[in-house]
Amino acid sequence: MSGPGDILLSIRGLQKAFGGLVAVRDLSFDIPQGKILGLIGPNGSGKTTVLNLVTAEFAPDRGTILFKDRDIVGAKSFEVCRMRIARTFQLVRVLPHMTTRENVMLGRMFGSAPTVPAHAAKEADALLDRVGLKPRAGMFASQLTYIDQKRLELARALAAHPELLLLDEWLAGLNPTELKIGIDLVRQIGREGITIVMIEHVMEAIRALCHRVVVMNAGERIAEGTPDSVLSDPQVIQAYLGGSDAAA
Amino acid sequence: MLELLRRNWGISALTALGAGLLALVPLFGSNYVLSLFIVLYANVALATAWAFFSGATRYISLATAAFFGVGIYTLAILHVYVSIPLAVVGAAIVGFLVALVVGLSTLRLRGVYFVVFTFGLTELVHQVLNWWEIKINKTVSRYIFTDVSNVNIYETLLAVTLITIVGSWYVSQIRLGFALRAIGEDETVARHTGVNTTRVKILCFALSASVMALVGAVLALRYPYIDASIAFNNTWSFQVLIAALLGGAGRAWGPAMGAVPLVLLSEYLAGSFPHHFSIALGLCFVVIVYFLPGGITRLIERFLHSLKAARAGMGGHG
Repeated sequence: MSGPGDILLSIRGLQKAFGGLVAVRDLSFDIPQGKILGLIGPNGSGKTTVLNLVTAEFAPDRGTILFKDRDIVGAKSFEVCRMRIARTFQLVRVLPHMTTRENVMLGRMFGSAPTVPAHAAKEADALLDRVGLKPRAGMFASQLTYIDQKRLELARALAAHPELLLLDEWLAGLNPTELKIGIDLVRQIGREGITIVMIEHVMEAIRALCHRVVVMNAGERIAEGTPDSVLSDPQVIQAYLGGSDAAA
Repeated sequence: MLELLRRNWGISALTALGAGLLALVPLFGSNYVLSLFIVLYANVALATAWAFFSGATRYISLATAAFFGVGIYTLAILHVYVSIPLAVVGAAIVGFLVALVVGLSTLRLRGVYFVVFTFGLTELVHQVLNWWEIKINKTVSRYIFTDVSNVNIYETLLAVTLITIVGSWYVSQIRLGFALRAIGEDETVARHTGVNTTRVKILCFALSASVMALVGAVLALRYPYIDASIAFNNTWSFQVLIAALLGGAGRAWGPAMGAVPLVLLSEYLAGSFPHHFSIALGLCFVVIVYFLPGGITRLIERFLHSLKAARAGMGGHG
């Protein structure tokens, strides 16, 4: 069993190309258990591809992904989920013609500890309460607002009882009040011992939440460290302004 | 299962009562009535089996005729060697196995590719069988000699139909049913929430196919003569799809709601306008897609909903 401080996820020499475009190039980083890691970088720098490689949406060309010291490259997406790695999607993906409750039940029924619908429903209600969606449990997911659909995705991911939670721009598009609620929610989830990797452009959230930050540009890691040190790094600033991409 | 029955005792009792009454039809009905009911049951069972997989997952299959035909041929071949009940069960097993093999290779296709493939599948099985019959068995047709009465066929098909509807409903209440619907909604999400999508799809495709083969085998008992173009008639694929969509493929009882009026309509059209039958059927399809995207079930549910709302409104004011 892994305890606090042990490395939960270790990525080594990860590489993925789509045709001639190398989306992720020789990427390595570690996440200790119970920490929140921010994955930042300009659009197209390969952040979402990293998430898709970890959750086996794509197979890497090279490299290893060690989860609790076990190489999970080659596992199927559903097996990765059952190992207690859950995710949200950059472009929010809910099951539109299923109710809010059923969406969350799905996460519980097929995750690491499969259970029957009746039991999953009870747990789904508790999770919906937690993300503030309980009054809309019976609505179709397609009827929810954008923000509520994001909440629903988080509840669905949590329903799988994850040890590692991957959030892909989960805080994007929120207004200031919602952002504050969202940050508090992620912080609380982190305090419960769930390790989190969050791709994010909202720097306020990165500073507030992340223990460490990995910065990517053009598929490569260009910086890593605490949020404050990384965000004042000239190379990182240049990457965000587009300097190095234009030069490449 | 018992828990589910207890929670739905009203509809369960109604279903049991209806089944009991239908089982008594042979005591009173003429041979024509019996034949009409047999066709009705066959269509309801096929449409329900189709919707069980294609309605939930939205993998629209046009292979109904392929599995139906496999059932007919399996019975025609087996009934010479084994008893009829065994031959019928054998047909279901062969249907299941054929679908398993087909599913393994094709369920990675999506959308229109899957539709076209399943359409082609019927033709493929048809031609392979034709070749095999002509080259190996030196024949183009087969005869089915049995002494199974219409009443026996009636009761068997009634049982098959009921089991298909109840089974389809039961699956919709358990994890497997949720998995099927999730695949239809967003297969990527289903995969990432722990659903073994490949296994669920193949298993349910094969279950659905085994019912289709079973229905084919039972109906074959009424055909003294069969050949490949009778067994693998694409009309079945389309008619079943239209019935399921007309009824509403989202509920276990939906396809029956579509199959019954459609069969009665076809019966009337085929009798009155034998030459324009397929045009009329095509028009029905257009009308359904444009005006009833949710099928008859959606209409019924909306009606019940507004009835309930009206009653609640009256209660509030009174």
